[in-house]
Amino acid sequence: MPMTMTQKILAAHCGRDTLAAGDMILADTDLVLGNDITSPVAINEFQKAGCDCVFDCGKIALVMDHFTPNKDIKAAEQTKKVREFASDKGIPNYFDVGEMGVEHALLPERGMVTAGDLVIGADSHTCTYGALGAFSSGVGSTDMAAAMAYGKVWLRVPSAIQVRLTGKLQKHVSGKDVVLHLIKLIGVDGALYESLEFTGEGVAALTMDDRLCICNMAIEAGAKNGIFPVDDKTLAFLSDVGAKTPRVFAADADAAYSRVIDIDLSTLESVVAFPHLPENGKTFNEIGDVKIDQVVVGSCTNGRISDLREAAEILKGRKVAKGVRALIIPATQKIWLQAVKEGLMEIFVDAGCAVSTPTCGPCLGGHMGILAKGERCVATTNRNFVGRMGDPQSEVYLASPAVAAASAVMGKIARPSMLKD
Amino acid sequence: MQLTGNALCYGDNVDTDVIIPARYLNTSDPKELAAHCMEDIDPNFHQKVKLGDIIAAGSNFGCGSSREHAPLAIKTAGISCVVAKSFARIFYRNAINIGLPIIVCDGNFSDGDTLTVDLTAGTLQNKTTGENYTFPPFPEFLQKIITAGGLMNAMAGGDIA
Repeated sequence: MPMTMTQKILAAHCGRDTLAAGDMILADTDLVLGNDITSPVAINEFQKAGCDCVFDCGKIALVMDHFTPNKDIKAAEQTKKVREFASDKGIPNYFDVGEMGVEHALLPERGMVTAGDLVIGADSHTCTYGALGAFSSGVGSTDMAAAMAYGKVWLRVPSAIQVRLTGKLQKHVSGKDVVLHLIKLIGVDGALYESLEFTGEGVAALTMDDRLCICNMAIEAGAKNGIFPVDDKTLAFLSDVGAKTPRVFAADADAAYSRVIDIDLSTLESVVAFPHLPENGKTFNEIGDVKIDQVVVGSCTNGRISDLREAAEILKGRKVAKGVRALIIPATQKIWLQAVKEGLMEIFVDAGCAVSTPTCGPCLGGHMGILAKGERCVATTNRNFVGRMGDPQSEVYLASPAVAAASAVMGKIARPSMLKD
Repeated sequence: MQLTGNALCYGDNVDTDVIIPARYLNTSDPKELAAHCMEDIDPNFHQKVKLGDIIAAGSNFGCGSSREHAPLAIKTAGISCVVAKSFARIFYRNAINIGLPIIVCDGNFSDGDTLTVDLTAGTLQNKTTGENYTFPPFPEFLQKIITAGGLMNAMAGGDIA
C-alpha cells in the first residue's frame, strides 16, 4: 500500500511494513521533550504511577524556556522540580539559564534531531522538526510521562494534505508569510489530525530557517505534523550541527492525499494575521492605519539568526517610533552571540530596541513584555488568541520579522516598502 | 456510564489560552488551575459552574497549546464531560490520557439545558428540548486507555500494544 512520508516514518517506528490512515499504533520515540511548564505535570504523573527509571536518559530533553529566567517564586519552584528530576534520573540534556534556548530553536541547533526520527514533545510547537525530515508532534504531559517511562507514544496514523510549492519568495517575504498564507487558506482546523506534507520544486529555494518556521506553525492549522522532504540543504544542515546519521524517507509517488494545495511562492506578499486567530491573515491592500504599542521579534517561530538579520537590515540607521516598545529575543545563546559578532546588537540598541536573553517570555504572555488593556503588538510569534500576550483586551498581530521591524519604525503595521529612506 | 448535568455553551475554536491563561501556568496544582478555568472567555465561570455540568462547544475545542493544565482545570472545576463538534488533537489525547470524558456531537444546546450522556451506549439526550443524539464509540485502542483509567495505567498494565 502506498504511504505518505509521515506514514513511512511511523511504520519504521512500530515494526510494521505498511500503515494506513486511521490505524492506531504504539510507536517508539527517539526523543522526548518537555519544558518548564509541561514537565512538572509529567513528573507528577511519572511519580504518581510509581515509575522509577526513565527508558533512556539520553533520549529525553528538558528545556527551561517558558518562564525563565524564573519570573516569580512559583516559576522558580517549577524549574527546581525539573532540575532535581533531571539530576535524580541522570538526564544529561537538561538546559537551564546560560545554555538554554527556546526549545524548538535549541534542539535542531544542537543536532539533537535527525531525519527519520520520531520526536514527541509536551509543547505544541514540537512539530517544528518536520523541517529536518523527522516526524515530530506535540503531545501532553501524561504522554510525556509515559514516553519517559516506556519510550513509547500512542498515535492515530494521519492522512495528509499535500502542499505543492513552486517559484521563489520575493525579498522581505519569508517562511512566516508562506505559513500565514496557508493557514488563511485552510483555517485553524483545516488540517485537523492530518499531516501537512510540503513538496515541489519550490522547496529547494526555501532556507532551513524558512522550513523550520513553516513546520513550527503546522499546529496552527490543527495539523499533527508538518514535514519537508530531505534534500541537499537538509543534509548539509544536519551535518553542520553534528546530528546522527539521517534516515531518509520519501513519500511514495502514488501516495494518497486528502487534499492538494498549490502555492506559487513568487506571488506571495507579506501577510499579517489579525486578532484573534492565526487564520485571520490580511495582505497590505487590506490593512489600513493600525497604530501599535509594542513589537516582538523572537520565539520558536522567528527567533533564529536569519530573522534577526532581516530585522536588523530594516532597523539599521533608523529609530523605533516614539511610544513603541521594541523587543528583540534571540532564541538561543548561540544565536545571541552570533548577533553580537555580526554587529546586529549594536543596530538594535542604536535603533532603540531592548534585547533580551533567550526566553519564550511574551509569546505566551508569561513575562518580558506583557500588554495592557487595549494595547496592540506586532509579533513574530505564533498565536494571537484572546489574552495571549497579556490583558484579554489586548491585541496581537502575527507577522514576519521584516514586517515587525518596519512596524516598529513606523509605529503602525507596516512593511519595508512603506519606509522612507 | 451515565452522566447528567447542565450545559455551559461556547462557540468555535475555544483555545487553551482562554481555558487556562498562561499567567496561571506557574503552578501544576489542579485546584489553583480550576479557580481560573475559562476566565478569559467567561469571567463568571468559576462562580456558576456546578459539579457535573457539561461544556457544550463548537468546532476545534481546545486548539492551541499542549498544556494538559487545560483538561485538568476543566475536570477539577467539576465538569463531567465536554461535548463539541470537533476537538483539537492535543486536547483530545490529553482528555483521554487523564480520564476527562469527551464526546464529538453536533447538537443544538443552550445554556442551562439538562443533558444526559450515556458513554457506553453512545447516546446523548437533551432533556430540556427532548432531542436525542448518538455519537460514535471510541476506537477499541482508545477504549482500552479509558477503561484502564488513563494512559499511565494502560501502559503499566500492558493494555495497549
